[in-house]
Amino acid sequence: MKFSVSDTAIDVSAARIAVADKHCGALAVFEGWIRDHNEGQEVERLEYEVYRPVAEKEGARIIDEALARFSISHALCIHREGLLELGDCAVIVCVSAAHRGAAFDACRYIIDQTKTRLPIWKKEHYVTGISEWVNCEQCAAAGHAHGDQRHD
Amino acid sequence: MKVRVRYFALFREQAGCASESVDFPGGTAMELFQMMTAKHPSLSAQAAALVAVNDEMSAWEEPINEDDEVLFFPPVAGG
Repeated sequence: MKFSVSDTAIDVSAARIAVADKHCGALAVFEGWIRDHNEGQEVERLEYEVYRPVAEKEGARIIDEALARFSISHALCIHREGLLELGDCAVIVCVSAAHRGAAFDACRYIIDQTKTRLPIWKKEHYVTGISEWVNCEQCAAAGHAHGDQRHD
Repeated sequence: MKVRVRYFALFREQAGCASESVDFPGGTAMELFQMMTAKHPSLSAQAAALVAVNDEMSAWEEPINEDDEVLFFPPVAGG
């Protein structure tokens, strides 16, 4: 499965092994972690809602696009759903290629597209007891664009 | 015509329900959304919202057909 959604902890070692290939000299990995702050608020935990029927189809398309656009051998992406704690891995992208340039480029393409195209939403639970959906309206209010690195 | 509407995340909370059957006079996905915002005043249009029809990503200007299931996605925030 090139793109999948998981309701349990992501096995990072298994993800790396899944793209291993003796023809590849490079492995690029991106992991998105739950951090303790966002937009000036202290975050206690985070909840992901995923609409799997569309996310899985569109996620597989993103991987296929990366395989077609870049000189890479294998790629996968796993995204979490449900309640996550600080430090948990929310998403992993693994790309193997003969050379590092294509591996880095494809890895970035996959995570950028995953963030903007898949029906995945996150609700931040703050230490104040308040919780809020993170969305583009907040991006607009904060004066930066969706996909800004502050969302990594 | 009858269509099924589903709301997710913020939109579900704003609409106060996860899904509903609607009698739609016909038109685009955007016109259907506008009709639903009239029914649910808390439901607000957002520039980066997405729409899918029958589990395939679609576009706001696409026409809706009888018995379609229309999915309204508020701005996504994966990763």
